[in-house]
Amino acid sequence: MHARLTLEETPLFADPSGGLYWPARRTLVVADLHLEKGSAFAARRTLLPPYDSAASLAKLQGLIRKFTPARVVCLGDSFHDVRAEARMAPNDAALLRRMVAALDWVWVVGNHDPAIPPAFGGRAVSEIVEDKLALRHEPAASSGLAPGEIVGHFHPKAAVATQGGRIAAPCFALDGRRMVLPAFGAYAGGLDVLDPAIARLFGRARFRVLMLGGERLHLFGRERLLPFGAHPDTAKKSNR
Amino acid sequence: MTPISPGTPVPPHKLPAPFDAWFAARGWRLRKHQGELLAAARDGNSVLLVAPTGAGKTLAGFLPSLVDIAADPRPRLHTLYISPLKALAVDIHRNLEAPIAEMGLAIRADTRTGDTPASKRRRQRSDPPHLLLTTPESLALLLSYPDAGTLFGELACVVVDEAHALAGTKRGDLLALGLARLAGLAPNARRVGLSATVADPPMLARWLSAGLKHAADIVFGEAGARPEITIVNPAARVPWSGHGAVHALPEVYMALKNARAAIVFVNTRAQAEICFRELWKLNDDNLAIALHHGSLAVEQRRRVEAAMAAGKLRAVVATSSLDLGIDWGNVDLVVQVGAPKGASRLLQRLGRANHRLDDASRALLVPGNRFEMLECVAAIAAVAADELDRLPERPGALDVLAQHLLGLACAGPFDEDAVYAQTISALPYADLSRADFDAVRNYVATGGYALAGYERYRRLVRDAAGHWAVADPSFVRQYRMNIGTIVEEPMLHVAFKRGKRLGSIEEYFALGLEIGDTFAFAGQILRFEGLRDGTLEVSKAASSEQPKVPVYAGGRMPFTSELASRVRALLQDPPAWAGFPADVREWLHLQRKRSQMPDRTGLLVETFPRDGRWFLVAYCFAGRNAHQSLGMLLTRRMARAGLRPIGFVASDYAIAVWSAKHAERPSELFTEDMLGDDLEEWLAESSMLKRSFRNVAVIAGLIERRHPGQEKSGRQVTFSSDLIYDVLRKHQPGHVLLKAARADADAGMIDLVRLAQMLKAARGRISHRSLPRVSPLAVPILLEVGRESVQGSAPDEWLADAAAAQALIDEASFEDDDPQPSLF
Repeated sequence: MHARLTLEETPLFADPSGGLYWPARRTLVVADLHLEKGSAFAARRTLLPPYDSAASLAKLQGLIRKFTPARVVCLGDSFHDVRAEARMAPNDAALLRRMVAALDWVWVVGNHDPAIPPAFGGRAVSEIVEDKLALRHEPAASSGLAPGEIVGHFHPKAAVATQGGRIAAPCFALDGRRMVLPAFGAYAGGLDVLDPAIARLFGRARFRVLMLGGERLHLFGRERLLPFGAHPDTAKKSNR
Repeated sequence: MTPISPGTPVPPHKLPAPFDAWFAARGWRLRKHQGELLAAARDGNSVLLVAPTGAGKTLAGFLPSLVDIAADPRPRLHTLYISPLKALAVDIHRNLEAPIAEMGLAIRADTRTGDTPASKRRRQRSDPPHLLLTTPESLALLLSYPDAGTLFGELACVVVDEAHALAGTKRGDLLALGLARLAGLAPNARRVGLSATVADPPMLARWLSAGLKHAADIVFGEAGARPEITIVNPAARVPWSGHGAVHALPEVYMALKNARAAIVFVNTRAQAEICFRELWKLNDDNLAIALHHGSLAVEQRRRVEAAMAAGKLRAVVATSSLDLGIDWGNVDLVVQVGAPKGASRLLQRLGRANHRLDDASRALLVPGNRFEMLECVAAIAAVAADELDRLPERPGALDVLAQHLLGLACAGPFDEDAVYAQTISALPYADLSRADFDAVRNYVATGGYALAGYERYRRLVRDAAGHWAVADPSFVRQYRMNIGTIVEEPMLHVAFKRGKRLGSIEEYFALGLEIGDTFAFAGQILRFEGLRDGTLEVSKAASSEQPKVPVYAGGRMPFTSELASRVRALLQDPPAWAGFPADVREWLHLQRKRSQMPDRTGLLVETFPRDGRWFLVAYCFAGRNAHQSLGMLLTRRMARAGLRPIGFVASDYAIAVWSAKHAERPSELFTEDMLGDDLEEWLAESSMLKRSFRNVAVIAGLIERRHPGQEKSGRQVTFSSDLIYDVLRKHQPGHVLLKAARADADAGMIDLVRLAQMLKAARGRISHRSLPRVSPLAVPILLEVGRESVQGSAPDEWLADAAAAQALIDEASFEDDDPQPSLF
C-alpha cells in the first residue's frame, strides 16, 4: 500500500518498494538501481550471487505494472559502474531493453554512471526541472529552495525501537520541501539517515522518514530514530 | 644427557634413565595411564586418554614424544600439539620447558598461534622445532602452504588436547579435516586425544582416529576424589524468577571469605556484571574480587589472569571465558551462580578447582530461582551417577568444508576424487554424499550459481592434469585472512570519551541504547554519550545509580535433555523434596493441590484467564531454543484457529502464550505436523536464517571477515549478508550455502531435534487443565513476560505499532503553525 504525500504542494505516492510515483506527470521515479553491483564484486574476488540485476529489474517491472506510468526516471547510479553493460547477463539486458523501449525512459546521470551505456536506449539527462519539482541524483550545490528537490545518491536507512526489538530498514527522508529516495537496487546498502551527510539536507522540525516495512510504509520523526551503528551494510561514503 | 639408542627396548611402565631420575627427584611415580600411553606409543597406536582434570593428562600426552625424541634428536617436526585455546598452548609450552631443561634434553618446543610474529613463523617452517604447539586455525594455515608436505613429512604424533570441547563443533570439523589431510602427508603419525570425562568415549575415539588403519585405544585415568557439591542455603526466600541469585550473595560472600581462592561462574556477561557489583556492595573486608568475561578488553583479561595465577586475588567472577584454561593451583572453591545447564558443563567448571587428583574439588551451587533449584539438585545427582551430556552429533558443516577445500588448493592443485575420499575419512563427513561434496567444490570454484556468469572470475581452475588449482594468488591471501570457524557478532568498542578502551559489546545491544541510558559494563555503571567512529563513547555514572538497561542477551544455552529428565523425575518424587528450602517445598505441594505435576514424559498444558487475556502454559522441558521455535509455530496455529494470540515467552522449562480467546482444546495445537509447512512459512519470514547465513557466508569465504580497524580505514570490503540472503533465497533456494545455514539453524536456534522429540513424546499424552487462575508452577514463566522480547511478527506489524505511538506523540505535541501533519 503506497503513502500519499505532498512535496511543494505536489501530490506524490511513495511505494513500499522504494519507488515514487508522480501522478500529475504519470512519472515513476526510482533511485540507485546499482545494476551489476554483484558482478563488480565478483571481478574483485567476492563471488556474490549474480542475481541482483534480475531482482532489481523484476521489482521495477512490478512497479511499472502497478502504476502504468508514461515515463520512468532512474535517478542516477542506475549502473554500478561504466562497465556494467559488458557484464550483464543476456536475459537481464534483454529485459531492460524491452522495458526502456516501451516507455519514455530517462536516465539521470549519477556519480557511478556518468556515462549511460547507449545500448539500452532511453535518454540521459543531468536533471529534470518541472512544475515545482527538481529531480537530480545529488542535491544542487546552491540549493535555492524554490523548487522541491527529489534526489537519490544517499541510500537512506533508518532504525527505530519497536516492541519486537530494533528494526532497521531503508527509508524515504523528507521535510515537505526536499526528499531523498531509498536505494532501489537489490545490493545497494544503506547509510544512516542521521548521518550529517543526509540530515543536513533537512530542516530539523519537519524532518520525517518513511520506513519500508515490507508491505507498508511507516512514518517516524527524527526523535524516534536510533543511531545506525558502525557497520551500515556497504555504506555509501557520502562525500566521494 | 646421553641419548638412548633408538633400538633399546623399554619395558612396559619403565622410563629411560633421565626420565626415571626426574620423576624420582620429584617424589612422583609413573601413573598407570601414563604408562599405558607410553606402551601405546611404542606399539605405534593412537590412543584417547579420558581422565578428570588434575590427573597429569598433558604430561601423559607428551611423555612418549619426549622419550622418543630424546632417543632420536634429529631435527624434524615430531609432535604437533593442538589446543582449543591459544593461551593454553602458550601455558603448556611453558610447562614443558621445565622438564626439558631439568632433564637436559636436546628437545626444541615452540608455539604457533595467531599472535606469533611472521619472522618466527617463517623460521618454524624452514627449521621446525621437535614439538609445535598450536590451534586448529593455525594448523589449517600451516596446511595451506605448498611446503606442508616437507614440514609434516616426518611427523610422528598429533596430540589433541581438550578433544571433548572440539568434537561436535565447527572447529572440530575444521580440525577433523586437517587431521585427514595430515594423514595423507604423514601416514605414520599416530594421534593422541586428551579429554575430560565424557558420556561416550568410544565415539570420541572414533572421531579422533577416523581414517587411520587402527582405531584409537581408550585409556581411562584414575578417577579423582568425588567433588563435594553443595547447594547454597540462603536466609532469604528463593525467588520466583530471575537468574542473578542476588538473594543468596551474602552466603556466597561468606564462602569466598573462607576460601583461599575462588572462581564464581555465572552464565551470561550481564549476570557477571550484576554479580560483581553486588558482591562488591557486600565487600566490607575489601577482598580482592575481580571480573572476567569475553567482552572485556584483552589487556584487562590478561591482567586478571596474571593476578589470579600469582595468587593475588580472592575471587574472580567469570563466564565461560574461564571454562577452559590454565591451571590455577590455588583455587579451592568453585561457585556456580544460576542454572548449571548440563552435568558435563558443571563438571568442567568444578574441575577448575583443585588441580590435584587426590583432593576433592569443592563447589557451591547458587540457584537463582525455584526451577533452577530443581536443576541444581538434578545436576548434582547426574554428576554423582556419572551421567554426562552426550556430545552433539551433527554432520560436518558444509561451510567448513568449503573453507578447507580452498585451503587445499592454496597448498597445491588437488585431485577431487582423492580429496573426496580423504574428506569422508573424517568422522563428521563420513556420510557426506558425492553430490554434496561436488556442490561445495563447485561453490568454491565459481560460487556455485545456477546462472553461469562468473566463469571469468572463478577461484579454482582445472589444470592440465584435471586437478583443481587456485586461479589467482590473491585468493590465497584472501583465504589466509579468513581462516577459522568462529564468527563474532558485530561488535562496537566501549571507551571513555577521548580515553581508555574498556572492551567491546555487541552492536545490537549498543544500538538499542539512547543517549543518557546507563548500563553495567566492566564492573562500572556507564552512561551512553554517543557513537563515534564505531566506538560507543561513555562516561562514568554515579555508582549508586541503577543501570537502566541491565540486560544484554547472548550466550544463553538451553539446558540439556539429560537434566530435563531428571528435573521431571524430581517433580514426581515428593519424598525427594525433603531437603528443599521450605518455600520451594510449599510451592511444589501447592501445585499438586491447585493443578497437577508434569509427569515424566507426557505434556501438561494449563490454560487460565488473567487480566482480560487467556494464558496457555505448556511444560515442555525442551530447552529455551526449542521453546522459542514452538512459540512461533504455536502462535501461527492459534491465529489460524481464530484464538487471536498476542505474544509468548519461553524459558528452559516452559512456554506461555497469551491470546484474546481461550484455547479450549490445546491437544489440537500440539501436533507434529506443525514442523511441516508452518515451520517453512515461519522461517521464510524470520531473521533467524539470516543470522545463520551470515556465519556460513563468512566461514565459506563468500564475504570477508571484518578485521579490527577496517571501518576506520574506510575501506569497505564487507557486504551485508542479509541482502545476499534475500536475493539468493529467491533466485536459487537450493544453493549449498542456504542448505548449510538451514542445517546450522536446525541444530542450534531452532533446535529441531528436541522440538520434534517433544512433540512426538506428547502425542496422545497431553493433560489439559483448565484453571480459574494462574497455577503456582506457571508463576515463574509469567514473571518473564515483559523481560523477554516477544518476536514473531513481520517488521510491518512492529513498525506499525511503533509508528502509531509516534502519531499519538505528534498529535499531542505539534503546534498549530507547524505544517508537518499536512504533509500526508
